[in-house]
Amino acid sequence: MVAPATPKSWYLPSKPHKFCPGCGHGIVLKALGETIDELDIQDKTIFGCDIGCSLLAWDFLACDSTQTHHGRTTPVMVGIKRARPELITIGYMGDGGGYSIGSQHLLNAAVRNEKVTLILVNNTNYGMTGGQMAPTTLPGQKTETSPYGRDPDLTGYPTRGPEFISELTPEGAYVARATVSKYKQLRRFLRNALRNQIEGNGFSFVEVLSTCPTNWRTNAQQTWHFLEDEMEQYFAVGELKSPFGRGDK
Amino acid sequence: MFLEVLISVQKVIGETKKAFLTGNEAIVWGCLAAEAEIMFGYPITPQNEIMHYWTRLAPEYGKGFLQTEDEISAGFTVCGAIQGGIKAFTATAGPGNVLMQEPFGMAEAMRLPVFAVIQQRGGPSSGTVIYSQQEVSLTAFGGNGEGHRIVYSTATHQELYDYTIKGFNTAWKYRFPTFLLGDGYQAKMREPLELYEPSERGIEIIKPHALIGVEGYISEGREPQHLRNIYSMEEELYDVVLGFEAEYNSIKNDIIEYSEFQCEDAELIIISHGVVSRAAEDAVTALRSQGVKAGSFRPITLRPFPREQLLNIIGKSNAKKILIAESALGQLERIVKNEIYGQTLPIETLFMPGVGIIDYDIMQKVKSIL
Repeated sequence: MVAPATPKSWYLPSKPHKFCPGCGHGIVLKALGETIDELDIQDKTIFGCDIGCSLLAWDFLACDSTQTHHGRTTPVMVGIKRARPELITIGYMGDGGGYSIGSQHLLNAAVRNEKVTLILVNNTNYGMTGGQMAPTTLPGQKTETSPYGRDPDLTGYPTRGPEFISELTPEGAYVARATVSKYKQLRRFLRNALRNQIEGNGFSFVEVLSTCPTNWRTNAQQTWHFLEDEMEQYFAVGELKSPFGRGDK
Repeated sequence: MFLEVLISVQKVIGETKKAFLTGNEAIVWGCLAAEAEIMFGYPITPQNEIMHYWTRLAPEYGKGFLQTEDEISAGFTVCGAIQGGIKAFTATAGPGNVLMQEPFGMAEAMRLPVFAVIQQRGGPSSGTVIYSQQEVSLTAFGGNGEGHRIVYSTATHQELYDYTIKGFNTAWKYRFPTFLLGDGYQAKMREPLELYEPSERGIEIIKPHALIGVEGYISEGREPQHLRNIYSMEEELYDVVLGFEAEYNSIKNDIIEYSEFQCEDAELIIISHGVVSRAAEDAVTALRSQGVKAGSFRPITLRPFPREQLLNIIGKSNAKKILIAESALGQLERIVKNEIYGQTLPIETLFMPGVGIIDYDIMQKVKSIL
């Protein structure tokens, strides 16, 4: 049996990684590592992560990396990019960090068409803090702060991030939603999002639907079912805005 | 071409000249003289004109500016730019200073040489847009940390220029967040001052350096830089904080600044900071002409505080009493009392929160306590 190759841009001393079994972060970071390798940008990539589970990636990559407060990854990456436009800045955050506490940074960075790439991992809850309701929690979904299921009358409907970001951004921006269940598509979207920054076209944003069996309290089969049949039904996967044309190979 | 750029960078001011400027203008010239590269800011009175003058001068000197969505973002973009190795700064006041405590905390934790101008306005809350000395505690000890910061409290426009240059140098030399603590009066008043090239006064401008995106190639064996401000274990954080404390204490004496006025034979020492110290010195002169032996002590650095210096000055004087005067309800007083614990002289206070203090106010107070 041949073991799958480890991306060159993974930092080996920090492996095995610290995510829970069944967590989707490992898949996203594998796709990101392979994309960094493919585009040969390891030496000029700055990886920045938020507080939340994304924090566990603070030393994941063999790229210069920084870590900030909950929701503040976007302005830190904007500051780095404005200071050093030759660097490729990748912000990595969860749905709470991006759509809740950091939403006004995300929204305004999108409006300004900041030349950064942001990856937001959507697992419908605050994983690190113990599974509270997130902006992306599905109607009826039980979490620690919606123990009887999310009631949209009280707490609204789940945030569809790429949809609002694609409305806010001008031409040149790249906006997509991927899922860890479609790996090749995830790779393609990440490639486009990074290519877009390399070419200096504009803001690049990829939401990735991901899994959280620990807080969903699901087994493997239930986990995959929730991702593919429930999340992907509410959150449509695909490219919403791309300077490269739809369905770019 | 390169030489031209070099010359333009070195000669922002050119020959030393007298100027008659508002404080906010003086600060901008100081930022240019200190070779600051980019400002991130958000509108709030009374610091707005720092952004106004900076954005007018920025294109001429090839400098950057971004008006962010709020003060939180302004602080964090400064943190990002600094990690990238660029001299970045911001300016704020009042509720904006409250919001910026979050990024200032990150700067403290990651030893980022943030330089920020605080033009104090009245508080609490939105308070007034005018003036106060009520942001002392916040600026010196804000955030969920231990106040490993450096705070210069200025009193004149000359100092606004001088300590802007010095503030950037202090920040980049020692890597503790550094603050120029002014106020709305200093921001908006016009006053004469001298603008000079730092090199003309023997001041070497400290060059910035990057923490990420550094020299060398990871693909060729350089270790990646992994910066963080969160730790898994209590003991890890404990070691980090004690390390900061040890380093802060070891550089204290290089940073501490103060001024004193006629304390030597004084029977009463007035302690004040910032613009209030000007009223205190005027009051000392007037009181002495009326036969009252007063003196004035002014900490220029509120953090670190000139503790030994104040104790020495008190010890050498004939002081029977101390008067603390400030445009706040005891923010300086709490620091002073904490620093000179064990001193048994009675302490009187003149607290006028959010209101200017003139020599007359101090003289009246002194006469009432003699």
